[in-house]
Amino acid sequence: MRFPSDEWIKELSRLLNDSESYERSAKDWEGDFWFLVEPDESYPETAHLFLGLHHGKSPGAAMETNQESREAEFTLSAPFGTWRQVIEGRLDPIQGMMMRKLKLRGNLTKIMRYPRAAKEIVSCCALIPTDWD
Amino acid sequence: MWNFVSPQVVFGEGSLQALAELTGRRALVVTDKTLVALGLVDRVTTCLAKAGIETHIFDTVEPDPSIQTVLQGAKVAQEFKPDWIVGLGGGSPMDAAKAIWVLYERPDLTPAEISPFITLGLRQKARLVTVPTTSGTGAEVTWAIVLTDPQEQRKMGLGNRENAADIAVVDPEMAAGMPPSLTADTGLDALTHAVEGYTCTWHTDLTDGLCIQAARLIFEYLPRAVADGSDMEARERMHNAATCAGLGFGNAMASMAHAMGHVLGATFHVPHGRAVSLCLPYTLEFAACQAPERLSALAASVGSADEDAETASRNLSDRIRSLAQQVGNPTDIAQLGVARETFEGSLEKLVDDAFNDTQMLTACRSPSYDEMRRLFLYAYDGQPIDF
Repeated sequence: MRFPSDEWIKELSRLLNDSESYERSAKDWEGDFWFLVEPDESYPETAHLFLGLHHGKSPGAAMETNQESREAEFTLSAPFGTWRQVIEGRLDPIQGMMMRKLKLRGNLTKIMRYPRAAKEIVSCCALIPTDWD
Repeated sequence: MWNFVSPQVVFGEGSLQALAELTGRRALVVTDKTLVALGLVDRVTTCLAKAGIETHIFDTVEPDPSIQTVLQGAKVAQEFKPDWIVGLGGGSPMDAAKAIWVLYERPDLTPAEISPFITLGLRQKARLVTVPTTSGTGAEVTWAIVLTDPQEQRKMGLGNRENAADIAVVDPEMAAGMPPSLTADTGLDALTHAVEGYTCTWHTDLTDGLCIQAARLIFEYLPRAVADGSDMEARERMHNAATCAGLGFGNAMASMAHAMGHVLGATFHVPHGRAVSLCLPYTLEFAACQAPERLSALAASVGSADEDAETASRNLSDRIRSLAQQVGNPTDIAQLGVARETFEGSLEKLVDDAFNDTQMLTACRSPSYDEMRRLFLYAYDGQPIDF
């Protein structure tokens, strides 16, 4: 599956809904995400991926043309190459934020109370057969 | 790109005199009442007076300092207008000093907003000196701040690289009065920092050497410091070891023993160093199959080498347990006096809370929920990990 794409983010949503570990780690989480893919030398466009997250489940996901279509509590943005590092497990997203490679808009304190859930999402990302070209 | 953050470290016997050479007008000393009673605060204010610096003592920092305490301290700072903040004590006063300093400089922030992901713009009003009086936390050189939110009954891991101290004064004479049990708990805390700073997934070439040297020093000198508190060579080497470990893990991360120890300590009121060090051998045994070369390299550097990497890793765990026994500390949860029924009744919460501790992010082998449950059960019984 190509990243970023509507198919890819929907597959992530499906994997999260199948994951007992994610469900337990995020059982009282409330807060949807926009993942903003910024252009770089490998990917010249901007992509907006919406991921709904509520009480250990992912009620919906979609790639949109902009962020006006839906409200989300958090936006995590990074260039395409940085997203690839995260999805391939070569960059821890929390470490990435500390290095300012990923930028978060939203209540960081809330996210830092759910590190396991963040790790489970990254684990699910790694399960998706991703086409980077 | 990564960073290595360190204050200027002034160390060795008599290094407290460095305070007499500071330039400034007013210093707010953040400490606790015990250190006032022990006369350690007087030693600091005497040095500051030599520098012509007026002092104000904020001595209401409690163990596991609360948000309310640091807000009160920040209010005192706004009124006194210091150009130096002095964090004097163990981890609690030094962490409180860091938070008070940030809120003094940035009254627009709440404590929960002190994170590594923002620019603070500190050092417009004051700078920070830390003076540790225990040999363990490493808080004199780290930028981490741990505060307690009493309303939610939880600890908050905060901090920003900017809030690392400008100067750390690491004078072993300031720790010479520690009783044996505190020496043991804090020394084993430093060992856990050293070992986890080396074994966590965020370790770097710049932190590895500090962690190895700290571990070597602790294995050699902690038993002496506990057996004879007046052994100043042992005190000095332990004080240095704690600072080395602080620089090591503070620029890498701690790991799973801290995640488990935090919840163990919070649930059963166990001192931090005792709780995290009790968990350490179990987490190393669990990680051994994932990172045998790394653990065996650490084992070899502290004299527990073996040709087989996994055996060397187990040797390292055995040595940690032996050291804990030698200094009079427990090696399993049952020895803490926690009844099995009470423990098992708390088990699910222990597992959930450990998973939601940020230190879990850097475990080199990430456990499942069932594995974490078994880790706690094995640690209760003192059974080496075999899964």
